Amino acid sequence: MHYKLIAKRTFFSFFFFAFIALSNRLSAQDGKQLFQTNCASCHNPIKVVIGPALKGASERVPDKKLLHEWIHNNTAVLSSGNKYFNDLYSQYNKTPMNTFPNLSDADIDAILKYADSFQPPTSAPTAGGATATAPESDNSLLYGILTIILAVIMLTLLQVNSNLKKLSDDKEGIPAAEPIPFYRNKAYITFVILILFVIGGYFLVQAAIGLQRTKDYQPEQPIFYSHKVHAGINQISCLYCHGGAWESKQASVPSLNICMNCHMQISEYTGKDKLYREDGAEVDGTQEIQKLYSYTGWDPQSLKYTKPGKPVEWIKIHNLPDHVFFSHAQHVRAGKVQCQTCHGPIQQMNEVKQFADLSMGWCINCHRTTKVNFPDSTGNNGNKFYSIYEKFHKELKPGDSITVEKIGGTECQKCHY
Amino acid sequence: MSDKKYWQSFGERNNSEAFKQSSENEFKEELSVDGIDDKGLLDAKHPRRDFLKYIGFSTAAAALAASCEVPVRKVVPYVNKPEDITPGVANYYATTYVTGGDVVSIVAKVRDGRPIKIEGNDLSSITRGGTSAKVQASVLDLYDTARLRYPVQMTGNGPKEVSTFDAFDKMAGDELAALAGAPVVLLTTSITSPTTKEIIASFLAKFPGSKHVQYDADSHSGMLLANEATYGKRAIPSYKFNDAKVIVGLDADFLGTWLSPVEFAYQYAQGRKIDEKNPEISKHYHFESILSLTGSNADERFVHRPSEAGAVALALLAELGGSVTAPTLDGKLRSGIKKAAQDLLANKGKALVISGSNNANIQIVVNAINEAIGANGTTIDWSAPNQTRQGIDSDFASLIEDMSAGKVGALLIYDANPGYNYCDADKFKTALKKVKTTISFNERLDETSELCKYVIPSPHYLERWGDTEPKAGYFSLLQPTIMPLFKTRPFEDSLLKWSGSPTAHEDYVRQYWIKKAGSPEAYEKILQDGVSEPAAPAPASATYNNAKLADAASAIGSIKKGGALELVLYKTVAAGVGNHSNNPWLLELPDPITRADWDNYVMVSPKFAKDTWGIDIKSQAQADKYEVNPEKEVVKVKSGNKEVSLPILIIPGTHDAVIGIALGYGRQSADEKNTAAYIGRAAVGVGKNLFPFAFFNGTTIELYAPDVTAEKTGETFKVAQIQTHDSYEGRTEVVKEMTIADFKKSPEEILEERDKELKPYGGLQNYSAEGSLYAPYDKPGIKWGMSIDMNSCIGCAACIVACHAENNVPVVGKGEVLRYKDMHWLRIDRYFSGDPYDAHSIQTVFQPMLCQHCDNAPCENVCPVSATNHSSEGLNQMIYNRCIGTKYCANNCPYKVRRFNWADYLGGSSYPNDQVFSGVGKLGDAVLMMNDDLTRMVLNPDVVVRSRGVMEKCSFCVQRLQDGKLKAKKENRPLKDMVDVQTACQQACPTKAIVFGNVGDGESLIAKTREEHHQRVFYALEELHVLPNVNYLAKIRNTEIIAGLAEDKKEEKADNHS
Repeated sequence: MHYKLIAKRTFFSFFFFAFIALSNRLSAQDGKQLFQTNCASCHNPIKVVIGPALKGASERVPDKKLLHEWIHNNTAVLSSGNKYFNDLYSQYNKTPMNTFPNLSDADIDAILKYADSFQPPTSAPTAGGATATAPESDNSLLYGILTIILAVIMLTLLQVNSNLKKLSDDKEGIPAAEPIPFYRNKAYITFVILILFVIGGYFLVQAAIGLQRTKDYQPEQPIFYSHKVHAGINQISCLYCHGGAWESKQASVPSLNICMNCHMQISEYTGKDKLYREDGAEVDGTQEIQKLYSYTGWDPQSLKYTKPGKPVEWIKIHNLPDHVFFSHAQHVRAGKVQCQTCHGPIQQMNEVKQFADLSMGWCINCHRTTKVNFPDSTGNNGNKFYSIYEKFHKELKPGDSITVEKIGGTECQKCHY
Repeated sequence: MSDKKYWQSFGERNNSEAFKQSSENEFKEELSVDGIDDKGLLDAKHPRRDFLKYIGFSTAAAALAASCEVPVRKVVPYVNKPEDITPGVANYYATTYVTGGDVVSIVAKVRDGRPIKIEGNDLSSITRGGTSAKVQASVLDLYDTARLRYPVQMTGNGPKEVSTFDAFDKMAGDELAALAGAPVVLLTTSITSPTTKEIIASFLAKFPGSKHVQYDADSHSGMLLANEATYGKRAIPSYKFNDAKVIVGLDADFLGTWLSPVEFAYQYAQGRKIDEKNPEISKHYHFESILSLTGSNADERFVHRPSEAGAVALALLAELGGSVTAPTLDGKLRSGIKKAAQDLLANKGKALVISGSNNANIQIVVNAINEAIGANGTTIDWSAPNQTRQGIDSDFASLIEDMSAGKVGALLIYDANPGYNYCDADKFKTALKKVKTTISFNERLDETSELCKYVIPSPHYLERWGDTEPKAGYFSLLQPTIMPLFKTRPFEDSLLKWSGSPTAHEDYVRQYWIKKAGSPEAYEKILQDGVSEPAAPAPASATYNNAKLADAASAIGSIKKGGALELVLYKTVAAGVGNHSNNPWLLELPDPITRADWDNYVMVSPKFAKDTWGIDIKSQAQADKYEVNPEKEVVKVKSGNKEVSLPILIIPGTHDAVIGIALGYGRQSADEKNTAAYIGRAAVGVGKNLFPFAFFNGTTIELYAPDVTAEKTGETFKVAQIQTHDSYEGRTEVVKEMTIADFKKSPEEILEERDKELKPYGGLQNYSAEGSLYAPYDKPGIKWGMSIDMNSCIGCAACIVACHAENNVPVVGKGEVLRYKDMHWLRIDRYFSGDPYDAHSIQTVFQPMLCQHCDNAPCENVCPVSATNHSSEGLNQMIYNRCIGTKYCANNCPYKVRRFNWADYLGGSSYPNDQVFSGVGKLGDAVLMMNDDLTRMVLNPDVVVRSRGVMEKCSFCVQRLQDGKLKAKKENRPLKDMVDVQTACQQACPTKAIVFGNVGDGESLIAKTREEHHQRVFYALEELHVLPNVNYLAKIRNTEIIAGLAEDKKEEKADNHS
């Protein structure tokens, strides 16, 4: 499943250092991945961006050792006075390149091999396998029909019963009372009023509870930013942009410099699938990237910031009342909750929609069922903070677990203070 | 019924009818339901149908207001996010509080770019992470709406903005150039910054004949001159109260306002903390005229007239064997001096005598005393002199003469406000007019600045770079925690610019420190720590020379004898010398002694009140007449040609022939109408200025008036005093104290006493389980608890302000305090014991009272909507959004710590214009000022702003608990005691009297404190079986008698006889 993959990366790929750590773990053969994590923010295989196109680099620098040295520690090579690289440095506005002491020679070869064998995509890669789960079969219609049938049978039987009673009364000579039409029958009227009151009350209460709740809120944003393209198709970790979710109570909307990390080079939308708004209008992805450039003041021709940036005023979708304290870090980092649990299949959304109603009942239900992440008997895994719940911990049988509620997760002052 | 032994008010002492009545009604005012009279509901002005109409309408309106429109909210991220800012995560920057010479190393909590809370810096060996009320409140001054927002030129029509700094520099430069050699004088408060001193020196070098005059409103020049005479150094040594077994204070409020109270409070508390295995405690004698914070903490306290201060010092020296003749003093005082002298002599080398007098001669005698008891080089340390007070009063006096004579070409004023706080401010103001060029660098258009020609405001200390050296060799650095809010420029920048230096102040400080530290990295380390200190040096002595003693003694002999009534001018922990006059947190801070806020008043003794007004506070009716109503008699105090009318407060412990009035009040612009705009909205009409009553004795300024009269005016004035607001309805005493001798003899006495009381309910051991019908609850993980050591608590009130800042506790204004609607979550109850008519006998106890987080809380049972309930961690939770305001909980709380929001004090309401109403309860200017967009920047975003109609109370800083737990979880480790979680009050406490933590963790400080001090542990109103999570440690006094207990014993005896 798609989101599992994202989740797996979520916890490793936020910081740059984390990227480096990641690169050590990967096999050297994974040149594409290495390229994307280490090089892609400044290089493209076939396009000149901040740095030169990497395709053919190994031919341009025949001395393999020198090339490796350059990538490991370019400042050393520059200061050694190598003419080729000094010229290259001047040619690219003396923009310093990061050093990569952690990349092994095999890693570098894999990257260069990937760059050399890179073919411009004739067709965009197939969209990520976000298979929609089959809708749960809905039996309510069946039940409804059954109820109506039973009600008809009941009414018929009632009628039969009353007719039989009438017949027996006739037979025994008891004078029948003047029949009262059902619409004047007090019992019927009372019954109907009661039913109406219950139904009306139910809807009134539901409506009142739902006041200020904005489930399915899906406003039009100043830039058509598609989570489907970024998080879904391109598999960018949620935390790459929403880093606050790891550290802070606010997940925070990324600042524009985060966008520009990639969009300095990605200036057009080349995806296979066309983008559509909810109302069906087609969206020109490239046009939307241009909007980002106008906000940041980036000139894609000269590859420079030519104008002062101005912030984007996004429309806030997920709103909590002031009297609620909610911390993303608690849920994402300590509780290891997937983003999708609350935000829905965000990787399939072109335009973000509020997935959950964010009501207190909804929060509480989750706290009642979520298990606490205790460290195991060896003291590993889990979160060592919970080791203070010793008493519970001792009572814990294998395969048994304690829910968040048991350690006070539904108490008022966990969220209200 | 017997009299109370400990009393907060005279009514409580006498158990008067009015007191009983008032303690039964927690919410004193009847709700105003107008129109209902005897005729019955139907004939009322607003009959039942109207009522139903209103209720229907308001329900519908509320539903409409709450529902139909969901506003569109925007989220605007950074364009370029600064690397070290994560929205929602606080950053902490070490910097330094600097105001009027005072220096305290602090750490500023900065949330999303705004400093919102001040904490003490643990790395400072001077303050040890402690703070004071003023330091805690100083963050609010940053957002003061009355700060001057741009440089101005004062014209006939008020201030005129100078558009740019360059334009200002040009004007100032031209003026200075046109002086044609006339001297420039720089007038500042004591400067401790080494870089600023350098900058001043290089500036003065550009203007021949110019000089730098330091002026301290809180002057210590008597001491500086005395030390010059006896030790050859015009300096103030460091004091080591922690090494003193015997401390004698002579009018020195060293725990509250004298020299370096945060430092001294910590040291003092070291000598007062009890190790139960080996109980020892320092002995503190105090001689003073009115009850000060320090005096109220003393073991033995004696009162004298202020004009006798010199005589007391001489008598003490004579007792110690000094070659002076002891003047005659009254009996009790003389025996007190004798007793103190004996103790001092018995503890030579471990004793200290401190005098707060600003008379150089008295200080010379005190130096001789300290020499006689071997304090020089032991408890008085000359290795690192204190530099926070350097001003010499006579320098300033001669400056005024020069100014009057037209000998001063230009006067540059920084951080000094002699127009307000000089004893002869009028003379200064007249002299100021004779100076051709006057430039002020003060942060607002205060009494001095508004008379200057130019004003170029300096930034708040949280907005600037800098350094300080409070003690020689001990540095504390400043760094900005926010971009300057206004167009302000550090005073040093102006001096650099005007002396032709191209360096900006920021670079100057950086270069100076890189050079001093050795490298940029070393400098950054110091900046990060906030302090740079030498390895603790051994105490050094200074060469003593007693040549001046005889002269001093004879000069003291000729001090003018006081008249029938003398006036003492004192400083309070909140107002000080008026540096924070527009700070509502400080204005609403109840004074530790008088428990009054918002004004100053005349402190009189019970005897004086009886003689003058016939108010016998031992008589129920008269005490009630005085006490129950906030209207107090106004008295006109006259001294020479000066007079002031202020209300009286009867404070036991005041000398019968002395009245006391606090300084630091009565700020007022030249044109009264400008006060709100120039000095601040909250400062308007608050108290009277008493500085004119101080006098210049030819060398120094003394803060008393030897001969005053006090006339009845027949008028009354309302004083907002909160001491009578909350009461325990006559329940058993909530404080426990013992003498050290008794404690040594029977250390288990308190335990036994508790056990005896709880015997019927299972005794101490089984009380919690057997004392109740309910089954005990499980506490699976954390159980929070707090311990307050009444031996260390000095009542300084830093915790109260810290609580305000941390928890968005609203300011309600004087009018609302008068109506018992103060909102302090934490109050410090002050109890007196002893005979009110015998000032020597008065003993004072301070008990911080906050929500006790009872495990068996009475408030929880009575809430009809379960808005207050218990958490598994032992917190008594208050859920504001669930509260419907029945106030049952407050009625049922035995500690009276719940506060109800009667109005929308802090703009938390979602209804528009909820603060706009008139008539009774109209919100005052100070409250509205707190609601300014600028001032609201100080609010803590992690704590909800409560609206009207809900109850609130101490939450044990639950936001900090949650944050600390989350921090541990993020780092995948268990909670670290005292690191992850500290409550605001605990952090602010200069004496570390408050310990907080997880009781469930046996290794935690709180668990250890309760274990190690189990003989002194007690719970307030324990017999109610509310099972508080806050415990107190009983107060141990180094006295022979405990005034409260002595009366107990007397009674027992009487009972036995009958």
